[in-house]
Amino acid sequence: MNIPLITLLGRVTLDFLAGIGAITTFSAEAIRQAVRPPYYFRQIGRQMMEIGYYSLPVVGLTALFTGMVLALQGYTGFARFSAESAIPNVVVVSLTRELGPVLASLMVAGRVGAAMAAEIGTMRVTEQIDALSTLSTDPLKYLVAPRLIAGILTLPLLVLVADVIGVLGGFLVSVYKLDFNAITYLRNTIDFLQFQDVFSGLVKAAVFGFLVTLMGCYHGYTSKGGAQGVGIATTNAVVFASVLILTFDYFITEAFFAR
Amino acid sequence: MAPPKISLRGVTKAFGPKKVLRGIDLDVAEGESMVVIGGSGTGKSVLLKCILGLMRPDAGSIKVDGEETVGLNGRGHEAVTRKFGMLFQGGALFDSLRVWENVAFGPIQSDGMAPDKAREVAIAKLGAVGLGPEIGELFPSELSGGMQKRVALARAIAREPEIIFFDEPTTGLDPIMADVINELIVKCVSELGATAVSITHDMASARKIGHRIAMLYDGKLIWQGPVGEIDHCGNTYVDQFIHGRADGPIQMQVRKL
Repeated sequence: MNIPLITLLGRVTLDFLAGIGAITTFSAEAIRQAVRPPYYFRQIGRQMMEIGYYSLPVVGLTALFTGMVLALQGYTGFARFSAESAIPNVVVVSLTRELGPVLASLMVAGRVGAAMAAEIGTMRVTEQIDALSTLSTDPLKYLVAPRLIAGILTLPLLVLVADVIGVLGGFLVSVYKLDFNAITYLRNTIDFLQFQDVFSGLVKAAVFGFLVTLMGCYHGYTSKGGAQGVGIATTNAVVFASVLILTFDYFITEAFFAR
Repeated sequence: MAPPKISLRGVTKAFGPKKVLRGIDLDVAEGESMVVIGGSGTGKSVLLKCILGLMRPDAGSIKVDGEETVGLNGRGHEAVTRKFGMLFQGGALFDSLRVWENVAFGPIQSDGMAPDKAREVAIAKLGAVGLGPEIGELFPSELSGGMQKRVALARAIAREPEIIFFDEPTTGLDPIMADVINELIVKCVSELGATAVSITHDMASARKIGHRIAMLYDGKLIWQGPVGEIDHCGNTYVDQFIHGRADGPIQMQVRKL
């Protein structure tokens, strides 16, 4: 079939706009359900464990090695103009403002966002979501709202832990490999760090937590067909969440630090 | 004359260019068991989902107890679904919950029953479908297909609904287990005094659980009447379907190899 370019362009644009509209409507309804009682505390707790506690190993390892690499790369770079003493500052600011929230969220998107899309998608194709409706339970309230709340609350906590572990990674490499003085390194780190550095990172984490869980839930909830549909939903959840994390990262950074 | 428990008038539903329901008129009296038969892909499930409020028809009216349900949202929809119980084709049991939690889900989440009390109710309902209390501690994935159907039936009746829907209740079961499920459906519906709407293409099941049968073909109900009249209804489409013949007015679109 030979489709003229203009027709194809129009179709892609309409599909894109329809997609934006569908996600916006879904988000608005999910947020409405999340703020209205009753709250499913058991579900929220379970999701917080899943997003936070069970993601700790992978996020911790990512943060540790990121901090270590930052120190090592910083040293090789800064040594060229005798600015090695800036390493503690670079490590802590890079981690708290940027790498902590972004990398932790990308890891959670891959681990939790995908799992949410697969779980909710399977529930969709096996009619479990329809079953919830017939049991007078709103699926958005029971399945989506607890995940959104858990994502918004847990990601900042996870990022806070990642920040600490990342700084520890930089500290270990700097002190034991690059012969920095431990006390001086820590003092430089604390002196240079500002409240806004940590706060902006936590705000990013909360927003990214929302985006990761929203994408997982949306793509799972709207999945169609059988196993193939669930597979597509899982892939889309991770891809869309990752792209949105990087996009929103720029705008939040601009809101906090642009002059 | 009492108004019908469920009343459909001119219900239509299309997916893109494909018209699945083309004007359905159907009345189901209180306490009656109506079975809708028809081939695969004729819109039986869509019809059921429209009545349940899981899909919105493009046009037409669906009344339950004389109240219009099309377009209901939020609490209005919840109030109507409170009257419903549903046995899904694949069971649709929540695989992250234990069997008793599945059965007690409605009483706990929707009716606010205390978990201990709901557990007792769940075990009683499991007993009603021939399952012991020890089954309640298992997860759905640990059960056979027939047991899953029975658990799904226990969940459907747990809130003692006024109307119960059965979507292909015997599909995928061996003939003996299918008959067990049919017996359980008849028993549960009669004990609850509920109105039942079932969809199936299993004629043995339709004859056993139905008081009346309606046949859906090409988006329309082409015949409806008491179970006893179906063998002499004089409708060639119905006749071909109930005897399972390839020859007749219903033609499958198949190509030569």
